[in-house]
Amino acid sequence: MTANIDELRSIARRIRGRVLELSFRAGTPHLGSSLSCVDMVVAAYWGELKLDPSSAADPARDRFILSKGHAATTLYAALAMKGYFPDSWLDDYAEPGSALGEHPSPGTPGIEVATGSLGHGLPVGIGLALASRIRGDHNRICVLMSDGECNEGSVWEGALFAPAQRLNRLTVMIDYNKWQATGRSDEVTSLAPLREKWAAFGWRAVEVDGHDIATLAEWIQAEPDPDGRPTVLIAHTVKGKGVSFMEDDNNWHYRIPSAQELAKAFVELQLP
Amino acid sequence: MRNAFADELTALADRDPRIVLLSGDIGNRLFNDFRDRHPDRFYNVGVAEADMIGIAAGLALGGMRPVAYTIASFAVYRAFEQIRVDLCYLNLPVLIVGVGAGLGYAANGPTHHSCEDLAVLRSLPNMSLLCPADAWELRALLGAALELPGPSYMRIGKKGEPLVHASRPDLSIGQAYSMRTGSEVALLCTGTLLPDALETAKQLDTTGISTAVYSVHTVKPLDEALLTRVFNGSKIVATIEEHSRIGGLGGAVAEWRADHVTTGAKLLRFGTPDKILHHSGEQEHARIACGLYAEQFTKEIQAAWAIL
Repeated sequence: MTANIDELRSIARRIRGRVLELSFRAGTPHLGSSLSCVDMVVAAYWGELKLDPSSAADPARDRFILSKGHAATTLYAALAMKGYFPDSWLDDYAEPGSALGEHPSPGTPGIEVATGSLGHGLPVGIGLALASRIRGDHNRICVLMSDGECNEGSVWEGALFAPAQRLNRLTVMIDYNKWQATGRSDEVTSLAPLREKWAAFGWRAVEVDGHDIATLAEWIQAEPDPDGRPTVLIAHTVKGKGVSFMEDDNNWHYRIPSAQELAKAFVELQLP
Repeated sequence: MRNAFADELTALADRDPRIVLLSGDIGNRLFNDFRDRHPDRFYNVGVAEADMIGIAAGLALGGMRPVAYTIASFAVYRAFEQIRVDLCYLNLPVLIVGVGAGLGYAANGPTHHSCEDLAVLRSLPNMSLLCPADAWELRALLGAALELPGPSYMRIGKKGEPLVHASRPDLSIGQAYSMRTGSEVALLCTGTLLPDALETAKQLDTTGISTAVYSVHTVKPLDEALLTRVFNGSKIVATIEEHSRIGGLGGAVAEWRADHVTTGAKLLRFGTPDKILHHSGEQEHARIACGLYAEQFTKEIQAAWAIL
């Protein structure tokens, strides 16, 4: 990794602060979902994947797809910190005419795929992985999905197909925060046992702590599976992670923080 | 037509290393030659149409020129949202080929009928819609479709459609092809009903009504120059298609006409009715049940002519 673990944690804290600020200022929801996956996004962008503006036009670049597009603010904050676009763009987030809308759209620097409708990232990631293999490139494809997203049939169509093609340079991370928009994800559908499901589909399925940036980064860059299996990280997370009064409280799927709550959250995150 | 598709695409793939063929678990042996020559560029993605379109989008993002092939009704209705988001929103060069479009699979029942595919896809920005009338038009359009900068859909027949052209016509996407000149009636036909359109023109000519026929192989973008010409130069314009009267070529022409001032040629639209076709039977039977054959076209045009 290019940064040490303390630096990575600091980056994650600052991204959380940005995410909170954007939600407060623009009045946009999905705060819990955005905070939940910050550490995974940091592991992807500040780990060993080749994700930076200088390689944005390289066809053989590594690719990161935020399939859970409703966590757009996390991605925007990370892309701005990586220098894909000026930090000032964040100030216009969700404003009329802004390039940065509530869900990622194509044409924004660093955004590979338009997401917002769930269940799209994995099939597109599979196509990218096939294209890389045909072209003889050795890049990595990394797709971040939510657990609620696993309700979608297209996820399981892709889950069946990728191992059949031995796409072992494809890594899926599932933000398993145990909540979807209106209920517990293990109750709305029979999602558990999630690791066993993916393993039974032929994936190298690993359970990890979704807030352990170092471990996530190691897995994202792990040697491709010698048996050809794609990798899925079942990342156990806490929705609203980083702000005590938001953690595991699903009201924050839609709630917008007040000025007071924002200030309190900044104190907890040790941000100015 | 499907044999011509497989043959033409294999030849194109020999020259263009970006072409990748995805099949939704159909075309048993149809693509053996393609697969033998390009084993790394043929994928049976299984009975998973939504996935197929997403994979095609990923391939296009990775620099390939994917072609996604399956039965028209499944390719379009099953994967509509993937077509909208992954292909049209991102404006990616992916060609979807729907086989057995219209009533090509009539005998298989309404699950396999595809008489609304143009209607739903025509509403999508960036999408081009191609409907070759025979194997020669298919061959002529296929290479052009693969040069388009964005997504396209080609609806084709199944097998054994009569050849209308004697050789490969020189077709340009978006420009209808004149099959026959005539001054009083203009028949605008899209797809495999073209032989019936030509027969209709013959029948009308024998009754003294001079009739032109155009193969409107591209439904989107519409050939607006042609529409300006025929609506200002003829007395009757009739659209013919094996597709619902709602939203296909006839719908597109009616919309165009509502938006433009012309000298006011009468518009007739021939297509399938707004109902599920429950009766079993082959394509010919279904066409007759829907009034989609030359004698019926002639009769209705003559009736309209009589009261002009």
